[in-house]
Amino acid sequence: MSVDKQPEFWRWDETNWVNRDIEWINSEYITLGIDIGSVSSQAVIMCDGEIYAYGNMRTGSNSPNSARNALEFALEGATMKESDIHYCIGTGYGRVNVPMADRSVTEIACHARGANFIYGPSVRTVLDVGGQDIKAIRCDEKGKVTNFLMNDKCAAGTGRGMEVLSDLLSVSIGEVGDRSFDIEVEPSPVSSACVVYAKSEATALLRQGLNTNEVLAAYCLAMAQRIWSLLERVGVEPEFAITGGMAKNRGVIDRLCKKVGLEPMKTRWDTQLAGAIGAALFGYSLCRKGKSKRR
Amino acid sequence: MLANYGYSDGSGDYFITIDTQRCNACGACVMACPSQVLVTVDEDPNDPENDGPVVVAHGDRVRKLRYECDPCKSTANTTMPICVVVCKTFAISHSW
Repeated sequence: MSVDKQPEFWRWDETNWVNRDIEWINSEYITLGIDIGSVSSQAVIMCDGEIYAYGNMRTGSNSPNSARNALEFALEGATMKESDIHYCIGTGYGRVNVPMADRSVTEIACHARGANFIYGPSVRTVLDVGGQDIKAIRCDEKGKVTNFLMNDKCAAGTGRGMEVLSDLLSVSIGEVGDRSFDIEVEPSPVSSACVVYAKSEATALLRQGLNTNEVLAAYCLAMAQRIWSLLERVGVEPEFAITGGMAKNRGVIDRLCKKVGLEPMKTRWDTQLAGAIGAALFGYSLCRKGKSKRR
Repeated sequence: MLANYGYSDGSGDYFITIDTQRCNACGACVMACPSQVLVTVDEDPNDPENDGPVVVAHGDRVRKLRYECDPCKSTANTTMPICVVVCKTFAISHSW
């Protein structure tokens, strides 16, 4: 008897992209930003402050490999080689384990700078909901941080919780947002967004007779409340932007924005890239200021 | 920059806020803290383009701040934690 392999509902799409219009050979500084998060890793290559290529993939069990894999993924189909890169900055949870990094910068600074680039200089509040932590950042028109808070002790309300829930309920992660609105009455939120209790909370609701969509809604609402309680501490000032993987989940974001009272800004870029873009931009400005020598 | 070090979990909010514009990195709080929660660094890790020393909270201790700060929180004869008291520039505050 053969057992079919269970589909992986939590698995999100890994993406890469190369801008073939850029003549990278003529650019003065080619900088690389690598963001090794707890769940996803991104590599972004910028030529004089413009995005040339990016790769966005899952972090494996080995940080140095994740950094290399993400870079190779970004350079897939590109004419550039790793040796053409002048300067590399590592950021994120695994920033000290990026072998090719010339220096590391905290993800707080990188996310603010990255959001400033992908959403424009009018951004004042950046919320980053990542795989295992939540960052609430206030910044000025240059993307310089003025107030920040990072909660990396407790993973409640983060992407990891959403992965656990989507796996339990057999709903693929990309559908969670839409399905959580396919309900008649908005249920009350689960008592806590704790990832450890996520499965038992959700199972209890299913036993009470709620359907899958209602359980998703109850969990999304609890996560939105959790994120809002952190965001309140730094305060929200327009314009408001959300980065990280959770920005793609309207189940949480729409419920959060109802509490915030602001619409989040839109972008054509992948929101998961913000940290790596910020790192590449720091590399570019450090090179231009002459604080760092090109390789 | 207001740097909020700490966490919020099921039991409450535990944050130390350091105003880096007020902090002159004199190190009085670093010396006073009985749990070595605070350290002086040469460059602000959250502001890479700004050179100059500043006090930050120690990475590992931030995750158990509620317990690390206990020596200052549980004494009845002090109204404020010692780091807040010794700071001449009023750069430090606690959320709980």
